[in-house]
Amino acid sequence: MTPVLELRGIDKSFGPVQVLHDVAFTAYAGEVTALVGDNGAGKSTLVKCVGGIYPIDSGDYLFEGKPVHVNSPRDAAELGIEIVYQDLALCDNLDIVQNMFLGRERRNGLVLDEDSMEELAQKTLASLSVKTVKSIRQLVSSLSGGQRQTVAIAKAVLWNSKVVILDEPTAALGVAQTAQVLELVRRLADNGLAVVLISHNMNDVFAVADRIAALYLGRMAAQVKAADVTHSQVVELITSGRSGELGLKNGSGVTQ
Amino acid sequence: MSATLTPDRTAEAPSIASNARDYLERVRGGDMGALPAVFGLLVLCVVFAILRPAFLTSINFANLFTQGAAVTVIAMGLVFVLLLGEIDLSAGFASGVCAAVLAVTLTNIGLPWYVGVLLAIATGVVIGIVLGTLVAKLGIPSFVVTLAAFLAFQGLVLVLVDEGTNISIRDPVIVAIANRNLPPALGWALFAVGVAGYGALQLMRARKRAARGLVADPISLIALRVGTLAVLAGFAVYFLNLERSRNAVVVSLKGVPIVVPIILVLLILWTFVLRRTAFGRHIYAVGGNAEAARRAGIGVDRIKISAFVICSSMAAVGGILAASRATSVDPNTGGANVLLFAVGAAVIGGTSLFGGKGRVLDAVLGGAVVAVIENGMGLMGYPASVKYMVTGCVLLLAAGVDALSRKRAAASGLR
Ligand SMILES: Nc1ncnc2c1ncn2[C@@H]1O[C@H](COP(=O)(O)OP(=O)(O)OP(=O)(O)O)[C@@H](O)[C@H]1O
Ligand SMILES: [Mg+2]
Repeated sequence: MTPVLELRGIDKSFGPVQVLHDVAFTAYAGEVTALVGDNGAGKSTLVKCVGGIYPIDSGDYLFEGKPVHVNSPRDAAELGIEIVYQDLALCDNLDIVQNMFLGRERRNGLVLDEDSMEELAQKTLASLSVKTVKSIRQLVSSLSGGQRQTVAIAKAVLWNSKVVILDEPTAALGVAQTAQVLELVRRLADNGLAVVLISHNMNDVFAVADRIAALYLGRMAAQVKAADVTHSQVVELITSGRSGELGLKNGSGVTQ
Repeated sequence: MSATLTPDRTAEAPSIASNARDYLERVRGGDMGALPAVFGLLVLCVVFAILRPAFLTSINFANLFTQGAAVTVIAMGLVFVLLLGEIDLSAGFASGVCAAVLAVTLTNIGLPWYVGVLLAIATGVVIGIVLGTLVAKLGIPSFVVTLAAFLAFQGLVLVLVDEGTNISIRDPVIVAIANRNLPPALGWALFAVGVAGYGALQLMRARKRAARGLVADPISLIALRVGTLAVLAGFAVYFLNLERSRNAVVVSLKGVPIVVPIILVLLILWTFVLRRTAFGRHIYAVGGNAEAARRAGIGVDRIKISAFVICSSMAAVGGILAASRATSVDPNTGGANVLLFAVGAAVIGGTSLFGGKGRVLDAVLGGAVVAVIENGMGLMGYPASVKYMVTGCVLLLAAGVDALSRKRAAASGLR
């Protein structure tokens, strides 16, 4: 099976600091791939490279088996990649509907088609079994942290995308809402999407992930089937980059 | 509050009462909107009317519009730049440069008025492109770019008017803009079209939303809005249609000043652009969170440059109005207090200096406040020195309200 998204040999530096070294990563349709790693391992950077926010220095970016060049967020969206960023990237001075359709507004000729956008936003929020907001015309600035996170997720699943990447989507959520998001993640994958989930919570990761990719200091330590590893092996990969046969050999970046 | 989004949308149908409650809640939360400007305008008018009965005459009312028009129009353009959290300090002298271009075209070269107007506005567009490109592409702070332009344009005006001479404008069309009035019947016709059009638009929108099962404004609220507009506008038209000439037999002076429909058309045009088009939406987005806008695929640089182009071309229109009113252009056109009054108008009206919040209507409301202060203090016989100091204080007050409401919004978790 060809992966929907495949990265090979990705290098990324910020000035003199190299943050990603020769990173390989794949995501398959119908599967949840968990991307794990310590703080500063480079997870968000990798995601932003996928999303066209940062240009990659070198390496191959393949989408559905074909090499592509993603130079801007628009390119990524056109391929069908949606990302919920760690910092959410919402505009506080716009309302929920306006944020969900930002940059991809529906129009009737020159004029914004507010009504159809509002309707669709309403439906999407309902399908996330999000209990209705007081008003979806509320400014995002008036929402709680968890509500904002929910809006950011709703924004990503609004589009008929092929890949959905969620960067720590449950960080600000309560127990019930976290369970709901994990359920959504599973549902998206079951609907045939490739889902990438970044999380520091091993219970969440093992609850939904089919594959686990562990980054260690900007190198891909291992990408394995979740069923083939244990909790403690993943923790070892995260903290030291290797675990028995798995992981980096002497920090050389060679994975197996 | 946890992440659950509370369900109470179906709890009550929207009514005047619920709309008023929502509004009060927003005001208490720090979003004062146009409230300070409207309140200030009322207080100022009452005070001046009591102290100087001449303030309330039809002739003075008409003067207010022609006096405030140029600053208001420049402020409309500034709203776009302020929405991005940027500033354009050169807008005043940009209007001077464009007015000088107009004067040179008409008087020195002798081309028809429409060529002059087109060249003046084209000059504004070019200025905007240059300023916007320097800010967006090179990343020089707009404060510095436009401060430099402020100085340079001051020199440019001098060059255009030949180091200080005064170019007079005699073209009847240009002179008419700020010095003539609509026939009274036409004033009433415009009033009827405006009120009916506003009412029809509101009703159509509510019907369309209700048909889709979305929350729509109740009929009573729409009636209230349209009624208020009809009463205010009707009164203004009636008042302006009274005979203002001291000697009506020799020369009759009545009707709505031509600048009024010009301001209204610009107000409607730019409000439409900001509220109903994707471009307007993107302006707010860039002002609210430029990085989020970029990640949403919005061309942030393009938006920034466009905002400066709109600002400078509106400054050009303001320059044309100023030239028309003075029937001449000199090195001071667009200079002195014009820029500060324009920035003041936008901020007094409720546009935030921090970006992301503001409307074109703010410029009109704030422009009215500035014009009333200038006009009323003039009637009271205060010298220019006092006018400057009072206007300065009002600007500071408005900026203070802006900063405080922002703090308040932060405290109540609204930002
Ligand atoms: N724009 C940037 N400029 C310079 N260095 C950066 C930039 N963004 C990230 N870095 C560096 O790259 C490294 C990886 O950061 P990244 O945000 O990708 O980590 P992460 O794995 O997402 O961590 P966390 O779990 O804390 O979110 C860090 O050392 C960080 O300092
Ligand atoms: Mg991160």
